[in-house]
Amino acid sequence: MSVYAGVVGPAPTRIIVGYGFWIFLLSDIILFSALFATYAVLQGQTAGGPSAHQLFELRNAGIETVALLFSSYTCGLAIVAIERRRMRAFYVCFALTFILGAVFLSLELNEFAGLIARGAGPARSGFLSAFFSLVGLHGAHVTIGLLWLIFLIAQTAYRGPVDYVCRRLLCFSLFWHALDIIWVALLTMVYLMGAR
Amino acid sequence: MFGKLTWHAIPWNEPPAMAASAMIIIGILAILTLITRKGWWSYLWHEWLTSVDHKRIGVMYVILALVLLVRGFSDAIMMRTQLAMAAGNAPGYLPPEHYDQIFTAHGTIMIFFMAMPFVVGLMNFVVPLQLGVRDVAFPVLNSVSFWLTAAGALLVNVSLVVGEFARTGWLAYPPLSELAFSPGVGVDYYLWALQISGIGTLLAGINMVTTILKVRAPGMTYMRMPVFCWTSLCSSMMIVAAFPILTATFGMLLLDRYAGMHFFTSNGGGNFMMYVNLIWAWGHPEVYILALPGFGIFSEVIATFSGKQLFGYRSMVLATLAICVLSNMVWLHHFFTMGAGADVNAIFGIMSMIIAIPTGVKLFNWLFTMFRGRIRFEVPVLWTIGFMLTFVLGGLTGVLLAIPPADFQLHNSLFQVAHFHNVIIGAVLFGLMAGYYYWFPKAFGFTLHRGLGVVSFWCWFIGFYLAFFPLYAVGLLGATRRMQHYADLSWQPYMIVAELGAVVILCGIAATIAQLWISIRTRDSRRDLTGDPWNGRTLEWSTSSPPPAYNFARLPVVDSIDAFWVMKQRAGAEPADPAPAIEMPRNSANGFLTAFVAVVIGFALIWHIWWLVILGLAGALILLVTFGWRERVPVEVSAEQLAADAGARQRAMVPV
Amino acid sequence: MAENGAVVGAASEHTSSGSFWTYTAGLGFALLLTAASFVVSQTDLLWQPGVAAGLAVLAVAQMGVHLVFFLHIGTDAEGTNNVLALGFGVIIVALILAGSLWIMDHLNANMLTPAQMMEMQH
Repeated sequence: MSVYAGVVGPAPTRIIVGYGFWIFLLSDIILFSALFATYAVLQGQTAGGPSAHQLFELRNAGIETVALLFSSYTCGLAIVAIERRRMRAFYVCFALTFILGAVFLSLELNEFAGLIARGAGPARSGFLSAFFSLVGLHGAHVTIGLLWLIFLIAQTAYRGPVDYVCRRLLCFSLFWHALDIIWVALLTMVYLMGAR
Repeated sequence: MFGKLTWHAIPWNEPPAMAASAMIIIGILAILTLITRKGWWSYLWHEWLTSVDHKRIGVMYVILALVLLVRGFSDAIMMRTQLAMAAGNAPGYLPPEHYDQIFTAHGTIMIFFMAMPFVVGLMNFVVPLQLGVRDVAFPVLNSVSFWLTAAGALLVNVSLVVGEFARTGWLAYPPLSELAFSPGVGVDYYLWALQISGIGTLLAGINMVTTILKVRAPGMTYMRMPVFCWTSLCSSMMIVAAFPILTATFGMLLLDRYAGMHFFTSNGGGNFMMYVNLIWAWGHPEVYILALPGFGIFSEVIATFSGKQLFGYRSMVLATLAICVLSNMVWLHHFFTMGAGADVNAIFGIMSMIIAIPTGVKLFNWLFTMFRGRIRFEVPVLWTIGFMLTFVLGGLTGVLLAIPPADFQLHNSLFQVAHFHNVIIGAVLFGLMAGYYYWFPKAFGFTLHRGLGVVSFWCWFIGFYLAFFPLYAVGLLGATRRMQHYADLSWQPYMIVAELGAVVILCGIAATIAQLWISIRTRDSRRDLTGDPWNGRTLEWSTSSPPPAYNFARLPVVDSIDAFWVMKQRAGAEPADPAPAIEMPRNSANGFLTAFVAVVIGFALIWHIWWLVILGLAGALILLVTFGWRERVPVEVSAEQLAADAGARQRAMVPV
Repeated sequence: MAENGAVVGAASEHTSSGSFWTYTAGLGFALLLTAASFVVSQTDLLWQPGVAAGLAVLAVAQMGVHLVFFLHIGTDAEGTNNVLALGFGVIIVALILAGSLWIMDHLNANMLTPAQMMEMQH
């Protein structure tokens, strides 16, 4: 099991922080799974309103997927860069992460606005309530991530790559990758299965 | 301007509510005045409110729990009194709309603001000491968790003075809890209070899992940890697994109520059965979250007071892990009657019976620990033996209820109410009272008055049986739960006996309060100078009572189970080298301020005061950025200070 | 965020978080699997009744790619705890999803719809 705790004593701070954040991410995934389960149960409950097949546009979902995936990739590169103290590469990759994430978010907000304008808002039916809250919760996480990203760029610029800043960047990257994992499930279950 | 809030929110024309509100407000004002007159604000702020020390936070959790035990119990005795009176044509003294709020508040407070804080508080205080380390993994987060729980408790109590509470029962099933059928603020108070404290609890669970898995003394492998740490680990893992479900479900109900969505509404495609399904997917693990630490306490107590190592350590660990996993597979037994059909009911019924097996393993291990031990009948042992009898009986009625055909007769009857109080009072409350008495000297440096502890136990024990066994009988006769009055006069004698039981329990609670008061006044005659008043076996007893802020000057090196017991047998010389300087985390106002903002946001959301919501969210963002930006400089405890503390302890231990 | 200066650990370790090639390989696999999911769902390439299962398999594979190539699960000495935690999380998620679907499916089959139930109240 753990090579630190219980053998030589408490684990190093970086491991403690990383593990704690990983546990938090797992709890977040369980939060999403409750909403996934609700979506699965309510997906047929259109209350006479529009259904998934009528509403979802796969081209949009495809672009969002690629944007978020590349955002995850540039985030990973940013972490590699900061560990090697290649600061310029770090800032470039991290900024790209933000931009790609913002592209994802704006496409999603656009989709939501369009649906609401067509009278397919979250209050229309059980299916739409489940859709908006599941996809919307993911979008809210992305939004919080983008705000956090800005904060971290500022803090890294101000403090430099010190211990606790690097730990926070690591936590951010765990968070960002986890959001992409959740998106894979969302894409498959909501958009790909829904559009059939 | 103030949303839905008007002067009518205060219950001017309801004397009982006004009386209760007045008592609470006067009580709070009295305490605030006392603190001001004695000039204690600075001490309180620096030593307690901003403390990130797990021991201080643990004590605050337990104080919160004890205060809310009184509130939750007052709800209980009001209900018992009402039912003792309201037979046949007699209306009793509590109108239905009040009675409904009272049983809802009783359940909500006892589970979320009495049992959970008490359990989390004891885990907080004890686990780092037992693991031989200085604090939990994330001390500031620990403070945030406590204060968020306190914030939720505050909101629930504010509902007594301003507005109303939910009338839906402690789980607030839709469609009753939807806006169409509960248009008032009661359900919103319930939901926001529990969402806020739920976040606190989840963070505490994450903290505890990380601590137990990554922060242990050198040499303390998994199989050398005290059993209480194992049960705390499993309980905390279940918190991490279950509380997100609660957050999601309440979130969906809030979206229904605030944004007109249709998750659980009776129209628009909603499905309220999904709420029941999800809430119990949380609810069943929740009761094991409460029970497992109780079992851990009993393991520690019985080993210590039998003077023997706990029997079957390995099987205890396996049984605990089994319960941890199995408890996520039984939740449908809370709604057999909702109509999932025989196949589904049968599977979950069988799983519910299977989960009794690891619990039985634990019970036999405790009994075998006592066998051929030299048992000292201290107060915690009384609670333990009381638990063994009470929990087994409650477990038997549980296995009975796990049979779906039987459950169809007994679901939502007073038989069911008696069952769950039987197991939860037996396992959780008795365990917490045992742990309270057992670890009190470690926290405060003096033992509690023994005689009043014995009185408290017997009042609780006798009172419990008087209060709840009649409910088994009358439940079988057809009495349902949550009823404000009943037509059948033949049930009244049972209700009167139950009322008597509640009064006896009240004496038990009074004895506990008196015990605390008298113990403090006579503390000098019961000082714990050695740090080891019970001849304990685990590492917390190797520290002074109370321990220094840093717990251990030098982390102990462990090479067996019952590490302190082994150290005492060896009675080796203390290492001569002085311990090097250590760093401890600085206090932080983060937790307190976060909770303050949470209360503001919660209150504003409940009353639809939107500008205040925005203001509160802005405040939260400012706090987040400010605390995130700050450089956190630890406090150094010098080698000289450590040596001085060690010297003082040596001198204190020399008998006068 | 969650980190608040835990003082109980030794000086922080410098563990490797993977290289440029690890991430690039991960990106490549993920793009392939994404494309495959779109193809499977939108064309007749896979036997129709198996499409749902196929999509599930592709999704799980892609999540695995993320976990291994981006999150580096299980690659270092402390990784066992991470894998066990993930395993526990997967069990819980599976129970919630499968359990809820199984239960609700039966409930929906046996019981009146909520709208019909409310109709009976009048």
